[in-house]
Amino acid sequence: MAKQKSDIGTIYKGSPGQWSWLAHRITGVAVILFLFAHVVDTAVIGWGPEAYNRVLRVYHNWGVRLLELGLVAAVMYHAINGVKIMIIDFWPASTRHYKALSLASTGLFLGGMIPITWIMGHEILKLAGVL
Amino acid sequence: MAIDTQARSEERRPRSTSGGGYHAGRERPAGGWELWTWLFMRVSGVLLLLLAVGHILIMHVFDGGVGRVNFGFVAARWGNPLWRTWDWALLSLALVHGVNGLRVIVQDYVKWPAIRFAVNMFFYVVTFTLFVLGTVIVFTFDPSKWRPA
Repeated sequence: MAKQKSDIGTIYKGSPGQWSWLAHRITGVAVILFLFAHVVDTAVIGWGPEAYNRVLRVYHNWGVRLLELGLVAAVMYHAINGVKIMIIDFWPASTRHYKALSLASTGLFLGGMIPITWIMGHEILKLAGVL
Repeated sequence: MAIDTQARSEERRPRSTSGGGYHAGRERPAGGWELWTWLFMRVSGVLLLLLAVGHILIMHVFDGGVGRVNFGFVAARWGNPLWRTWDWALLSLALVHGVNGLRVIVQDYVKWPAIRFAVNMFFYVVTFTLFVLGTVIVFTFDPSKWRPA
C-alpha cells in the first residue's frame, strides 16, 4: 500500500490543531529565512553609511513592503499561536477549551492585523503612488 | 498500515504527556536532550514575545516603519546600550530558536541520514556564521568612524 502522508510526518494525523500546527511551521520557516538575510543586511552598517543606505533602498519599494507586511503577519501569528501552544503544554486541562483557545488566538491575530495592515498599507499605497 | 504509522511516530516522538490527543505544538519529549530543546523553545519563545514582537512593531510598523530607517537612525539607536543589548539578545535567541525549529522540521521530512546530516550542518554553519557576524557588528559598530569630527 502506498505510504500515507502521516507516514512521513507531513500532517498531524488530522487531530484538532493540525492547521495551526502547519501554519506555525510555515510562519516559523518564513521568519528564520528572513532573519538569515536580515542579519546580513544589517551587518552592512559596519561598512559605512553609503553601503548601508544603498542596501536599505531595497525596502523603498512597495512590493518589498508588501512582503514586509507578510513578515509582520508571520511573526504575529507565530507569537500568538506560540502562546496558545504553551498554555496547552503547561496547563493540559486547557485542552477542554481547545476550541475557545483556538478562536481566541485566531481572533487576537486577525484583530491585531487590522490596525497593522492599516498602518503599513498606508505606506505601501504611498510608495505605489496610489496615495 | 495504521499500526505501522503508529509505530513510526512513537519512535520519533516518545510518549505524550499532554492529554486528549489535542496537539498544538510538538509533543513533550520524554527526557534527555530533546526535552531540553523542547523547553528551550518555550523559554526563548516567551522572551522573544517581547524582543521579536517589540522589535517588529517598533522597526516595521509604528512611526513610519522601515521607511525612516537609515544609517543615522541606527547610529542614534545604537548610541543607547539598551538597544544594542536588545538587538544582540534578539539575534542570539531568534537564531537558536529558529535553527532548532528547522532541525525539528528536517527530522520530520528529511529521512535519509546523510542528507539530513548535510542539511542540518548547513543550517548550523549559517547560524553560527551569522551569530558571529551579528555579534561583532552590534558590539563594535562605531558611527564616529564616518562622521566628520
